Amino acid sequence: MRLGFTQEDERFREQVSDWLADNLVGEFAKLKFRGGPGDEHMFFAERAAWEKQMASGGWIGIGWPEAYGGKACSLEQQVIFHEEYARAGGPGRVGHIGEGLTGPTLIAFGSEQQQRRFLPKILSGEELWCQGYSEPSAGSDLANIASKAAFYEDEGVWKINGQKVWTSLAHESDWCFVLARTDPASKGSRGLGFFLLELDQPGVEIRPITQLTGTSEFNEVFLDDAVCQADCLVGEAGQGWAVAMGLLGFERGVSTLGQQMLFQNELSEVIKIAKQNGAAEDPVIRQRIGDAHMGLKIMRYNSMRTLSANPGDGTLDRAALSYKLYWSSWHRNLGNLAMDVLGPDAELVEQQPYDLTRLQSLFLFTRSDTIYGGTNQIQRNIIAERALGLPKETRGKD
Amino acid sequence: MDFSFNEDQLLIADTADAFLTSASNSAQVRAAMSTELGYEPALWQQTTQELAWQLTHIPESEGGLGLGYVELCILFEKMGKHLCCSPFFSTVALSLNSLLLVAANDCAKSAIAAIAEQGERFALAYSGGGRLVGLDSITALYHDSDSYNGVCLTGDYHYVIDGHTASSFIVAAKNASNGQLGLFLVPKEKVDVAWTATMDQTRKLARVSIREAEVPASNILSCDSTTKGTFENVLNLACIALAAEQLGVAEQCLSQTVDYISERKQFGRAVGSFQAMKHKAADMMNRAEAARSAVYYAACIADEFLGGQPLGAELSEAASIAKAYCCDAAFFNAGMALQMYGGVGFTWEYDVHLYFKRAKAAQLTFGDSAYHRERIAQLVLEQIA
Repeated sequence: MRLGFTQEDERFREQVSDWLADNLVGEFAKLKFRGGPGDEHMFFAERAAWEKQMASGGWIGIGWPEAYGGKACSLEQQVIFHEEYARAGGPGRVGHIGEGLTGPTLIAFGSEQQQRRFLPKILSGEELWCQGYSEPSAGSDLANIASKAAFYEDEGVWKINGQKVWTSLAHESDWCFVLARTDPASKGSRGLGFFLLELDQPGVEIRPITQLTGTSEFNEVFLDDAVCQADCLVGEAGQGWAVAMGLLGFERGVSTLGQQMLFQNELSEVIKIAKQNGAAEDPVIRQRIGDAHMGLKIMRYNSMRTLSANPGDGTLDRAALSYKLYWSSWHRNLGNLAMDVLGPDAELVEQQPYDLTRLQSLFLFTRSDTIYGGTNQIQRNIIAERALGLPKETRGKD
Repeated sequence: MDFSFNEDQLLIADTADAFLTSASNSAQVRAAMSTELGYEPALWQQTTQELAWQLTHIPESEGGLGLGYVELCILFEKMGKHLCCSPFFSTVALSLNSLLLVAANDCAKSAIAAIAEQGERFALAYSGGGRLVGLDSITALYHDSDSYNGVCLTGDYHYVIDGHTASSFIVAAKNASNGQLGLFLVPKEKVDVAWTATMDQTRKLARVSIREAEVPASNILSCDSTTKGTFENVLNLACIALAAEQLGVAEQCLSQTVDYISERKQFGRAVGSFQAMKHKAADMMNRAEAARSAVYYAACIADEFLGGQPLGAELSEAASIAKAYCCDAAFFNAGMALQMYGGVGFTWEYDVHLYFKRAKAAQLTFGDSAYHRERIAQLVLEQIA
């Protein structure tokens, strides 16, 4: 165990911070600290332009292998990149699903043709991705997917029918990866296919969901004979679940450190307000500030431990399994602390009729953190069953 | 940056765990805790002579193994896990750390040698009793002696861990005229010691009183403007060691509870198959995992501090985070264990109460969690403009 970075790493840190200082200016200056969770609907076109600017600097896919157009940066350098990006106030990335999920999944499971077709467009910031897993009847019970994919030999295409829901930023994306049943008689995790679906086509209808914030990050996606080319099935028909589970593994990678830097920015903002308005003199608020700081630091140590995973240490899987429950609960508490620090001012919206302030958005949006991507209750089931070996939940008969 | 155990560290963990599994089992813990002495002399002999655990983080130049605080915390974690009854904590986490941190002088060097070579037991006495913490709790006073080269010291010390079995004391006192903190080495012949029975029987406390004791200049460990900082860092290091013990407590409560609820059947099924139980167990695991991260990060920072590296400046913060989080995690897990065991968890026969009492005692030692959260809040509020 050792902390700290080498001189070479520190030089890399300088490169990153210099590039950000030179580029996060002019038209992009207003994007600083914007577009994070709960704020993803803001400045979308400008952030899409920023994604291309990032691409021109070669900063997309820095952890990908060189053979696939990445920089094969070490873990330390990826950590540094995320730290500096958040420190500079780098805006919420519109390409994070492609870079963090689609790319690594195609590198692990995709055909050479799929890799050649899709990876360069992610690295150039030209194509944006979203994730089509959840359905009205497949929420916590994700394997209960009902969407069906059928192959039409004469046309040489798959046609998908069904409905996806809670699809983040589908209305701004070009492509969506979709789980659908290739074997119509199958149930549960068997008989699924993992498809790459182009969204701009007649068979796809996207309807934004108005959330309790009054804004829309999430969507419903209706698939009515949505066409998917034969070579857009990743892996074999029927093997989609394995691909989807592999993808979930990428979600807990190095990007968690970038997420934590965003959290740090939010916490710092709350603390600044507490100092300005006198809340910082309230002993109960001080306890909560101390607790929030402590919680965020430990979140970082947890990630460092998971990322330094040593095969000899059997406890590492447990830290990774507890990550979602940990950060979502912490973030939800931060939203609540923000309101309590503001006091009665917390009630006043930015602009009528219902433009929320960023902290109001934080407070409200963090209520989704403990629901999406597996609710806190499902996370506890997973931990109890996979990490602690307790008996599985019994399934009802449908 | 590498935040995982290396092979040597894994070996230390396995060896310590295997040793304590046979040397500190439930019957042995109960035998030791029911005596006034509070530990089994043969176990002390083994840990200090054969295993030489006290040498772990003593520099090689001082006759130690020259390993780090991470290795030491691995030992404390295992001792916490097995509720090891031993004056090791008072001797190493409190006294040895004091001796290692004071500017090298002959007095400190010979005391370090006594611990290293003879396995002598030391205790640190500082608190005058009550709710105050650390420096604020020191009520003992000294004044420069008129008759000889040294100081004259008077004080009543409470909550002295393993004080009644120590052969030497490191005592803290404030200068009667200017408040200057001093740390002194006092042999047991110069103090009155009384064992004070405790709710947590696995760790013994004593009351120590000193009346007009003459301490020669050669027994002054530290008595200048640096002493205050040194003393605070001793407590920081002790907090990290205590947090490591509590990580062991949190882990053990989790694993024993999972075993129990997997076996125990009601309504024709293992009680561990009920979601109400599974979710509690998951919450226990999350706390144990976070506690592990907090302890070993703080242990790494302690190594940076002891090595004079810049990251050592984080010591207070890392110590408070580890102390507050791990003690709360251990108490949470012990309380959950008691509840999830059901009726038998409330009996003297099952070990759950031993962990539960130890966890509460640890929470209240070196400042409770509210104290440490406030300390963290102060640091953070200063840092952010």
